[in-house]
Amino acid sequence: MTRGMLARRGLPATVAALAAAVAGAARAEPRLASLFLFIPANPGGGWDALGRAIEQVARPAGLVGRVQFENLAGAGGTVGLPRFVATRRGRADSLIVAGTAMVGASLINRSPLGPQDLPPVARLTGEAGVVVVPADSPFRDIGQLAAALRTDPGSVAVAGAGGGTLDHIILGLMLRALGRRAAEARFVAFPGGGPSQAAVLGSQVQAAISGWGEFAEQVRSGRVRALATTGERRLDPAVPSLREAGIDVVATNWRGVLAAPGIRPEARAALAALMTELHALPAWRTLLAERGWDDAFLTGADFEAFLERDRAQTATVLKELGLA
Amino acid sequence: MDPIAGLSLGFANALSVTNLGWALLGCFLGTAVGVLPGIGPALTIALLLPITFQVNATGAFILFCGVFYGAMYGGSTTSILLNTPGESGSIITALEGAKMARNGRAGPALATAAIGSFVAGTIGTLGISFLGPIVVELALHLGPAEYFSLMLLCFVTVSAVLGGSALRGLASLFFGLLLGLIGIDLQTGQPRLTFGIPELLDGVNVVLVAVALFAVGETLYLAWRYVEGSQEVRPVGRIMLSRSDLKRSIGPWFRGALLGFPFGVLPAGGTEMPTMLSYYAERKLVKPEYAKEFGTTGAIEGVAGPEAANNAAAAGVLVPMLTLGLPTSATAAIMLSAFQSYGINPGPLLFQQQADLVWTLIASLYVANIMLVVLNLPLVGLWARILKIPQPQLYAGILVFATIGTYGISNSVTDLVLLYGIGIIAMFMRRFDFPTAPVVIGMILGPMAEQAMRQALTISQGDWTTFVTRPISLVILLLALLALAGPRLYGFCTRRGSGHTRDADAIDM
Repeated sequence: MTRGMLARRGLPATVAALAAAVAGAARAEPRLASLFLFIPANPGGGWDALGRAIEQVARPAGLVGRVQFENLAGAGGTVGLPRFVATRRGRADSLIVAGTAMVGASLINRSPLGPQDLPPVARLTGEAGVVVVPADSPFRDIGQLAAALRTDPGSVAVAGAGGGTLDHIILGLMLRALGRRAAEARFVAFPGGGPSQAAVLGSQVQAAISGWGEFAEQVRSGRVRALATTGERRLDPAVPSLREAGIDVVATNWRGVLAAPGIRPEARAALAALMTELHALPAWRTLLAERGWDDAFLTGADFEAFLERDRAQTATVLKELGLA
Repeated sequence: MDPIAGLSLGFANALSVTNLGWALLGCFLGTAVGVLPGIGPALTIALLLPITFQVNATGAFILFCGVFYGAMYGGSTTSILLNTPGESGSIITALEGAKMARNGRAGPALATAAIGSFVAGTIGTLGISFLGPIVVELALHLGPAEYFSLMLLCFVTVSAVLGGSALRGLASLFFGLLLGLIGIDLQTGQPRLTFGIPELLDGVNVVLVAVALFAVGETLYLAWRYVEGSQEVRPVGRIMLSRSDLKRSIGPWFRGALLGFPFGVLPAGGTEMPTMLSYYAERKLVKPEYAKEFGTTGAIEGVAGPEAANNAAAAGVLVPMLTLGLPTSATAAIMLSAFQSYGINPGPLLFQQQADLVWTLIASLYVANIMLVVLNLPLVGLWARILKIPQPQLYAGILVFATIGTYGISNSVTDLVLLYGIGIIAMFMRRFDFPTAPVVIGMILGPMAEQAMRQALTISQGDWTTFVTRPISLVILLLALLALAGPRLYGFCTRRGSGHTRDADAIDM
C-alpha cells in the first residue's frame, strides 16, 4: 500500500477518544477538569505519541481530569490546523500538538493559517537529526563529506523523507553554511524514514539525513556510519555535532503544544503552568527516557522567540530551494 | 537461533490459552476491518495502540498480527460480493471476483480466495521464518531505477484490462494517471492539482476511487438503466469448490504466492503490484477453454492468483520490519511505534535481542492463518447468501455501505463529493463502454513510477541510461518487453502456422 503509505486519513473523534475512556481513581480537584487535545496527524505517529504521552502522565498525577482527543491528519498538520481554529477558538481547555513539520508545511502550501497564528504554550521534546553514510562509504568523517559537498554538491545524492521536510532543510542549511546555495542540493525524497533507510543500507545513495531515532539502531549495529548529528550537543559520544565539525547548523525536530486563538492571557498562562508542572513530574522524565525523546522544554517568551527564529530559518531555506 | 529452534520456542509460547485468545480476537477484528472499505489494518492497529499500556508485548503483537492477516482475508469478501474493495491489495480481486458473483459463482470465488489466502499466507510465513534475512539483503540491492522498471513491467498488465477498444482503455488509464497526480509531490513538497482544497493535499485515496468506480458507478448505472419488471434474484449456486475449480485454482495459488512474497519484502514494493502481475500472468496462462471467462463471466484463476499474491505480499511486508527494523508500510510503521512503547528498539539486532518475542510473533502468524481459514470458510455460505437480496435493495445497500465506509474513515465531505463525482463519471464510462480497471491501475502505478523515475534520475544526475546500464533494471525492462510483445508474437506465429496448414489443406483439395 504505497499510496497512502503512512495511512493519512483522519478518523472519527469518537474512536480517537479511546485512550481517554479508561478512568483513573477520582482525585480531589484536578487542575484542569478537562483537556481537549487536537492531534493534526494519524494515530501511531510522533505527534500522536506526544499527545497520548501527555495524557498518560498528566491524568494519574491529577493535573487534568478528562482528556479528549481528536485526530485529523494531512499535509504536515495543515489540514487539521484550520479545523482546530474553527472549532476551538477562544476555548481555554484546548491544545493542538505541533512541531517542525507544521512550520515547513504551512510555508510550502502557503496555507492561510500557520503555527505562528496560534498562541504558543510549550515546546516539550526535540529530536536531533543525523547525517549517515553507508558502512562501505568512502566518507570516513563529516569533514570529508563537507569537502565533497563544498566542491561539488551535485556529486553526493542525499536521501531523506520528502521534499521540503526537515531532512531537506538540514541539507540546505549545511550547503549554505559551506558557502554553497541550498538549491544545489541533490536531494532524493523517499516516502518516509523506512524507505530512506533502505536506500542508504543498500548504498543506493551516498548519504542520508533523518531523525536520530530512526537511524540509531542501524548505527549501533554498524550497518550505517553516523557522521554528525544536528543538535546543540552530542547524542552519541563518538559522533560530533555539525557545529563541532565547523558547520554552523543547528536544527532539531521539535514537538510541542499550542493553544487556540482568541483565548485570554490568563488562560494561556494557566496552560503553560500546567505544562511546566507536567515537565517537572518524575513520571515525565521516565517517559522521555523510555521513548528516547530529548527533553526540549521551553515556554513563555523563550518559546515564542524560538518559534519566530525557526520559521525565519525554515522560510529562508525553502525560498532558496524554490519551494516557498 | 536457527529457524527450527526458534519456531519450536515460538509455538510453545504462542499456543498458550491467552495468546490463542489474542490471536482469535485479532483475526476476528482484522476480518471485520478488511470487510469495511477504507478502514485498513494500519488504522486499526493504531487505534489499538493504547492497549500496549495494559497488555504484555507478546499478547499485543499477536493481536496486531491477527488484525493484519485478518484484514487481508476480509478484504476479498466485499471485493467479490459487492464489487467494493476493502483494501488496495484486493482491488484486482474484484475484477474477476465480482463477475463470478454476478454469475452465480460467489461461493467458489470466496472459497478460492479464502483457501488461496491460507496457502499464500502459509508460504509467506514460511518465507519469513526461513528466507527473511536473505531475501531482504537481496531486496536492498534494488534502487529507484529497478523500481521504475518494475513498475513499467506492471503497466503491461493494463493491456489485459483494456477491453474492446484500446483508445477507450488508454483514455481510462490516463484518467487514472491524472487522479494519481493530485496531492503533494513527494520530491518537492509542492501541492499539485489541489485547487486550494486542503483535503486534497494528501491525494485521493485509491480505495475510495476503486469503490466509486466499481460499486457506485455500477449502482448508478443500474439505477439509470433499470427496467421495471425484470425482478430476478441472482442464483447463489454451489458454495464449495468443485473438483475442476480446485484444479484450476492450485496453479494460481502457488504462482501468486511466489510472486507476492518477494514484492512484499521490497522496501518500495507493497501488495498492489504483485496482484496486477499475477492477474496478467493468469490471464495469459489460462487454459484456452477457460480464456473466454476472463472479463465476461469471471474466471476463478483471476481470483485465486491475485488473492494469493496479496496475502503472500502482506507476509513479506513484515520481513524488513523484523530483520532490519525498517518500516516500509503503514502497518509496519505503526507496529514499530508499538515496539517502542515497550522500550524495544527494533533494528537489525531485533532477531537476536528479542528472539523470544519475534519467534512467538512468527509462530502466531501460522496460528492466525489456520484460524482465519477456519473462520472464513464456513462464512462463505453465509456471505454468498447476501446476493439473494433482490437487486434494487442489494444495490441500495451497497451504496449505503460505500458511503458510510468512506465518510467513516475521514469524516470528510470532500471525500463524499469525490466518491459520488467519480461514481457519476464511472456511470457514464459504463454507459459508453470505457473500462474502469485501467483507471485504478494508472492511479496506483502512475505516482509510484513517477517518483521512482525522478529518484533514479536525481541519483544518476539526470542520466537516462541508468535504466539500462544497471543490470537488474535492464533484465526487468526486457521482461516487460517480452510480456508486452511475447503473447502477440506467439499469437502471430501460431496464426501463421495454422494459416499454412489451411493453405496446405486447400491445395490438397
